[in-house]
Amino acid sequence: MTEFFQSNLGTFLIILAQCLAITGFVMIGLLFLVYGDRKIWAAVQMRRGPNVVGPWGILQSVADAAKYIFKEVLIPAGADKTVFLMAPVVSFVLAIIAWAVIPFTETWILADLNVAVLYIFAVSSLEVYGVIMGGWASNSKYPFLGSLRSAAQMISYEVSIGFIIVGVIISTGSLSLVDIVLAQKGSYGFFNWYWLPHFPMVFLFFISALAETNRPPFDLPEAESELVAGYQVEYSSTPFLLFMAGEYIAIWLMCALTSILFFGGWLSPIPGIPDGALWLVAKMVVFFFLFAMVKAIVPRYRYDQLMRLGWKVFLPFSLAWVVIVAFLAQYGAFGGAYARWAVGG
Amino acid sequence: MGITALAFYLFAIVAVASGLLVVLARNPVHSVLWLILTFFSAAGMFVLMGAEFVAMLLAIVYVGAVAVLFLFVVMMLDVDFTELKGGMAKYLPVGVLIGAVLLIELGLVFSHWTFSDKAEGLRQSVTPDLNVTHNTAALGQLIYTDYIYLFQTAGLILLVAMIGAIVLTLRHRTNIKRQSIPYQILRDPADAMELKDVKPGQGL
Repeated sequence: MTEFFQSNLGTFLIILAQCLAITGFVMIGLLFLVYGDRKIWAAVQMRRGPNVVGPWGILQSVADAAKYIFKEVLIPAGADKTVFLMAPVVSFVLAIIAWAVIPFTETWILADLNVAVLYIFAVSSLEVYGVIMGGWASNSKYPFLGSLRSAAQMISYEVSIGFIIVGVIISTGSLSLVDIVLAQKGSYGFFNWYWLPHFPMVFLFFISALAETNRPPFDLPEAESELVAGYQVEYSSTPFLLFMAGEYIAIWLMCALTSILFFGGWLSPIPGIPDGALWLVAKMVVFFFLFAMVKAIVPRYRYDQLMRLGWKVFLPFSLAWVVIVAFLAQYGAFGGAYARWAVGG
Repeated sequence: MGITALAFYLFAIVAVASGLLVVLARNPVHSVLWLILTFFSAAGMFVLMGAEFVAMLLAIVYVGAVAVLFLFVVMMLDVDFTELKGGMAKYLPVGVLIGAVLLIELGLVFSHWTFSDKAEGLRQSVTPDLNVTHNTAALGQLIYTDYIYLFQTAGLILLVAMIGAIVLTLRHRTNIKRQSIPYQILRDPADAMELKDVKPGQGL
């Protein structure tokens, strides 16, 4: 049996099974995320939220997905048909493939790339194409304007996300996500993680993640009440479902990324309690809860304020932070808290 | 044929075919989309060569930033296709001539190109040992430690070029409304609002 799994076909089957396991985790998680999002939002507004399908309405997302799938696909007459249908597929596939490098534990990882951070950054910078293609191919004014708006937003906040990640990379001395988590391992548990040395950047990263995934208060791409929604106006049924699923998967990925970069990934917060993948999932759920609370609490930004925040506040701050971290790491400040590679991270 | 060879041929064929379609596509937006596919295949080939850092940079910089800019510009353009077709017949001979000259030059170079033994040694001497460190760290070592001043100078030249471009195109328009964010934030209800008690039937 072991021989079979070392042959070409066996390896292929193992990788296929791992891919399916991760996709399954993401997709099943997605169903409950959408449900949880609506339930939290409803609780803040003192409503009941979905409560009809299944116990406590827990199967609401399944019903919604089925409804989307069985609806007719409408394509506008003047649309560029190929690009129109390709756009949702692009945004969905790109959202999924970023999960290939997310480590759930030290060994539970599909592809332990040594440039994993860059890979995620590359994939997330490509996600803008789904938006642009969708808006352009609809051949209509509002989706086109909407796609330009969202594309500009996603590109702007990518820059500050990139600089924040550079700070973490400087501290770790490696681009591998496994190394980044292992560098946060230590005898103080919770206080060994990067959130403490990189404290201000945790907030910047979280807010940039909100903007990057088009979540409220930066949900201008789908500000239906004032801006006629965005790139997805002309979409219906399964293509629309793919856009929405891609968006939620990107949010889930940002939760995973925040947990891994700043909150120790699979490491347990209290020394003595064993580490494990469940810790990572628990941290991701906490961050998703924060994402949902922000959606419920904070009012929407104006577009020019959004751009100003990205370019004139976040960019200078994160750029300055990179320089500061570089100095702190080089001179081993705070007992080498910024230079984990030096202590064997 | 191993998986690597199979992947190489896949990327190579896709790169050449989509490169051809960049030129042949009638719709300029489709051209840019094909161009993106070409960049992707090139990134795939970099990965096959073991240069994963360069591959990711290609994806981030070219696909994620430069091609988005192309796409913006092309989408905004009001392209008249019939006019483009008319120009085609006129400029075809010139294009073919330039292409032929380039092809002949390339042919001459490739048939007579030889590497000096010293050149190869010169190039090897600066490369850190790749058995000890992987290529991302090696690149970082070269650019940011060994040749930091040259690298920073290159960056400075680009910065000056960028500032030059901004200065050339910047014009201060006085007839538009500008928003002052500090002013907006510092406004408070006391000096922006006034409460009036409106008597019935009198108005203000």
